Amino acid sequence: MSWFKRVKEGITTSTEDKKAVPDGLWHKCPRCKKAILASDHQANCYVCPSCKYHDKVGSAEYFEILFDDGICEELFAGIKPTDPLTFSDTKDYKSRLAESQKKSGLTDALRAATGNVDGMPLVVACMDFNFIGGSMGSVMGEKIARAIDYGREHKIPVMVISKSGGARMMEAAFSLMQMAKTSAKLALLAKDGIPYISLLTDPTTGGVTASFAMLGDFNIAEPEALIGFAGPRVIRETIGKDLPKGFQSSEFLLEHGFVDFITPRTELKSKLGQLLRLLANKPKESEQAS
Amino acid sequence: MTTYFDFEKSIQELDEQLQKAKQLAEKSKIDLAPTIKDLEEKILLEKKKIYGNLTGWQRVQISRHADRPYALDYIEHCFTDFIEQHGDRNVKDDKAIVGGLARLGNQSVMVIGHQKGRNTKQRQFRNFGMPNPEGYRKALRLMKLAEKFNIPIVTLIDTPGASPGLEAEERGQGEAIAKNLLEMSVLKVPVICVVIGEGASGGALGIGVGDKVLMLENTWYSVISPESCSSILWRSWDHKAKAAEALKLTATDMLQNGLIDGIIAEPLGGAHNNPEEMYATMKETLTQQIEELKKFGSEDLINKRIEKFSGMGAFEEV
Ligand SMILES: [Zn+2]
Repeated sequence: MSWFKRVKEGITTSTEDKKAVPDGLWHKCPRCKKAILASDHQANCYVCPSCKYHDKVGSAEYFEILFDDGICEELFAGIKPTDPLTFSDTKDYKSRLAESQKKSGLTDALRAATGNVDGMPLVVACMDFNFIGGSMGSVMGEKIARAIDYGREHKIPVMVISKSGGARMMEAAFSLMQMAKTSAKLALLAKDGIPYISLLTDPTTGGVTASFAMLGDFNIAEPEALIGFAGPRVIRETIGKDLPKGFQSSEFLLEHGFVDFITPRTELKSKLGQLLRLLANKPKESEQAS
Repeated sequence: MTTYFDFEKSIQELDEQLQKAKQLAEKSKIDLAPTIKDLEEKILLEKKKIYGNLTGWQRVQISRHADRPYALDYIEHCFTDFIEQHGDRNVKDDKAIVGGLARLGNQSVMVIGHQKGRNTKQRQFRNFGMPNPEGYRKALRLMKLAEKFNIPIVTLIDTPGASPGLEAEERGQGEAIAKNLLEMSVLKVPVICVVIGEGASGGALGIGVGDKVLMLENTWYSVISPESCSSILWRSWDHKAKAAEALKLTATDMLQNGLIDGIIAEPLGGAHNNPEEMYATMKETLTQQIEELKKFGSEDLINKRIEKFSGMGAFEEV
C-alpha cells in the first residue's frame, strides 16, 4: 500500500488564517449558558467544557483543529456557484448567493484542503452550515468529486465533514444529481483501495445522508448530532406523533448500526491519526523502534 | 368514468356534447353523423392544443393520474414470463418496490419498479409507492443478481419519495439509498431507468443510476415535490404551480439541462388515455435501448456511466 505517502512539505502549503480571538472576550454556551474565555473555548475545539456542547463551526475551524500547525493547502477554491435555473422564490437565488457570500466570506457551502493530520496526509472536504444551511448544490458536489479524484491521484485518504440540511432547492435536479456523482466517485476510490472517512456532525440530513455521508469505510459521528434522512419535522407530521427522545441522534445511529464510533471533537485529531496509521500499518513515529 | 383535469374543461364540455349527440342519433334515428364527426375533430384539435402546451404543474398532475399505468402494468403488458422476487433477505418484503426476472421480446431482463396502489386499500398496501430501506435493499439484491448472470436491468421510477418514518430511519433509509447510488454506478450490465410517473428526490434516484435515464413525456423528476418546495420556500402550500415552474422538473427541462438522456412520447392526452399505445412505445424503446447498450463491454458501460453523472452540475471556475 502506498497511499500513506507524505504530502510534499513546504512547496504549496500555506497556513490557514488563524482566527485571532481578542483577549478578554467571553463565550457563552448556548446550551448550559456558562461563560468561558473565548480563547479557552477555541483551545477546546469549540466544545463547552461544562456540558460538552459542540458548537456549530465551519471549515476554517475544522482545518485549524485538524491540520498539523494549521497548515494546509486549499483545493479547488476557484469553483463558484451559478444560477442555472434562474431560480426565484421570495428572493432571487442570485441575490441569495451574493448575500451569503458577503456575510460568510465564503464562495459556497464547502471547502476542500489537504495537509497532514497528526502526521498523516489527508484530503478534507468540510461543509459550512452558515452558507445557505450547508445545502448541497453543484459546487459542493463538484468539490467533493474533485477531492476524491485528488485522493486517487495522490493516493491520500479522503474525509468529508458533513453539516448540512440536505439538497439546495434552488439548484433542483442539479442538486439531486450531486448525490449520484459523489457516490459514483466513491466507488472509484474504493476500487483503488483508498480509505474514505465520513464525519457526521450536527446536523446531517437529506440528500447528504443519502449519499456520501453514509458511505464511509468509517462513519464517525460527533456526540449528540442530528443525523437522518428525513427531517424530524417531516417525520413528526407524517406519523402525527412526537418523536422518541434521542431519535436520529449520533447515539441512536450507533445503536442501530450505522456509525462505527462517536468521538468528541477534542479527540478527533488523535483518533484520525490512530485510524490512518492502523490502515497504513504504520506505527507512530515516537513509538517506532530506532 | 373519465376524470378530467381542471385544465381539460373545454375537452370535457365537448365530450359531453358528443355523448349527447350520439344518444340523440341513437334514439331519434336522425342522421347526426356530420355533427358527430365535427365534434370529434374539435376534440382532437382541442386536445392537441392543450397537450401541446402543458405547464410544469399540469404535467405533475398528469403524472399522478390514478388511471396512469404503474410499474406492474408495464411489467404485465410489455414483458412476459415475469417471476416476482420478494424480500431483501434481511428484514422483510417491501411492497412499494416490485421486481423480478422477465422477458422483453427475446431478451431476459431484471425489471424493478416503484409500485403505487389505485384504491385506498392498495395505496396503503403499497405505502403510496414510498419505499422503506428494505425496498432499496431488495432492489440492489436483484440488481446484483442480474449482474451475476449478465442480464440487463430495467428500472421503472414512480414515487412521491422514500418513506419518512421511525422505522425507515432506524433501518437506515439514507444508507440504503446511498449504497444503491454507489453500487449502481459500477454495475457491469446495461441499466435503463425510466421515470413513468413521479420522480421525487433520493427516493427516485435510489433506483435511478443508469446508462440511459429516460422520462415519459408527462412525468416529473426533481429534488423535491412542488408542494414541499412551496411550503419550505414560500411557507405555504399555495405556490405549488409556481414551484413546479421554478424547479424545471419536466422531461423537456431535464433533457435541456443534460440531466436525463431522452424523452419517451406519450399518447395524446397522456399515458392513461391510451395505455395500449403507451405499452407498445415503451416496449419498442426498451428493446432498442437494450440492443444498443449490449454492444458495449462492461468496462465501457461503467466508465461512460460514471463520466455522465460526474459531468452533471452547473458552476463557474476562475
Ligand atoms: Zn455548555
